[in-house]
Amino acid sequence: MKSTIFIVISRLAVISIAAGLLGGCATSGNPKDPIEGFNRAMFGFNEGLDKVIIKPVATGYEAVIPSPLRTGVSNFFSNIADLMIGVNNLLQGKPAQAASDAGRVLVNTTMGFLGIIDVASSMGMEKHVEDVGQTFGRWGMSDGAYVVLPIFGPRTARDTIGLAFDVYTDPVAHVDHIPTRNVLLTTRLISDRAELLKADRIIEEAALDKYSYVRDAYLQRRRSLIHDGNPPREQDGSAEQESDNKRAEAGESPQPAPAQTAMRQ
Amino acid sequence: MKFFALLLAGASLLLPVGVQAQETAPDVLVKNVTTEVLDIIRTDKDIKAGNTQRVIDLIEKKVLPHFNFQRMTALAVGKDWRQASPAQQKALTDEFRDLLVRTYSNALTAYKNETVDFRPFKMQPGETDVTVRTQIHQSGARQPISLDYSLEKQPQGWKVYDVVVAGVSLVTNYRSTFGTEIRNGGIDGLIKTLKAKNSSLEASTKK
Repeated sequence: MKSTIFIVISRLAVISIAAGLLGGCATSGNPKDPIEGFNRAMFGFNEGLDKVIIKPVATGYEAVIPSPLRTGVSNFFSNIADLMIGVNNLLQGKPAQAASDAGRVLVNTTMGFLGIIDVASSMGMEKHVEDVGQTFGRWGMSDGAYVVLPIFGPRTARDTIGLAFDVYTDPVAHVDHIPTRNVLLTTRLISDRAELLKADRIIEEAALDKYSYVRDAYLQRRRSLIHDGNPPREQDGSAEQESDNKRAEAGESPQPAPAQTAMRQ
Repeated sequence: MKFFALLLAGASLLLPVGVQAQETAPDVLVKNVTTEVLDIIRTDKDIKAGNTQRVIDLIEKKVLPHFNFQRMTALAVGKDWRQASPAQQKALTDEFRDLLVRTYSNALTAYKNETVDFRPFKMQPGETDVTVRTQIHQSGARQPISLDYSLEKQPQGWKVYDVVVAGVSLVTNYRSTFGTEIRNGGIDGLIKTLKAKNSSLEASTKK
């Protein structure tokens, strides 16, 4: 069974990377996405992997496990993650949030039965979302190029470095007993994926081109997270903003983009 | 990956901007419409039976009057909006509205059982551009999703011109795709692409 899965994955990888190389010049000239050809190939690979393995498993998980139990699983991993979220808040110069995160871990690990029940949220201690990529962003490091990583999916160059630190400091990845660790990592992946099942279909329907929809959503989302939900307003180039129009027009790249890769259906 | 989840979850609620008297405060407007629409979705027999068209009709009736789709489309198109003729602008607005309505209807139906929190809202007197913040609590998920509405004051009352789910604007998120379409096929190319997308969605609803 394991080897079959492996063969499927490697075939998918070969096919999608070959497709990416053939369509390697498929770029829309987006300055944030200089390696779009490669990224599209990797995105296709991740989509294939998801379709063949991860999504079916997550769907089964959602069908079989009752909702309260799934919440418990989700909370359990969320509690473990709060530890490093607190550290990141500290590194970002937000001691009050960091203290609240530490309080969350304390309360949830004890009163919440090892994190299974999120008691802290009901006590008004808000859950935060932080990671090392955001910490770097907070320190002023710019995004860098957009890149789609295998399995992990969308990142920026900065967030890729952040991810390396996140993985390195992930408590679950440091469980010594390897079978236990593998079960935990897999369960977490499936639990995370199951939460996205509904969103999936909606994105599929909303997007004209799923690749760029996902990319742009990722970039917006990260920008919002770095500013804790209150990003400065972007110049928006909308009809109302004359001066911005001029700036945008002047800066526009003169050559037309080559045909965009076909929309994935 | 997680933010998508949020993204979409949010989309469900974004419909909430209902039918109210003209001078209703923006936060009250958002709250009333959200509550009313969700109530109907949760109780209507046809909708429960999976009648998508009925959800779309509901949104057309209750939610759309509170959206400024021309402004939304202009925001999504960005700088190229000005080079579109009035007829093209109208065609773009119509198609984009259809796409958003359909997306929202699906999202709303998918997330109808989640609870919505309305965040404290403060407005300075005389303000004409505000953000109303809400949160969606998804059962089985670890944290709420933020869902924010940007509204501007118009002679006919407050109108929503942007919906931001988990930090992602459902309007400006289209900008780079639209830009690529326009570079490849002009404004008419984009209109055509949107039309094709809408008819493929419509076909899949019917079957």
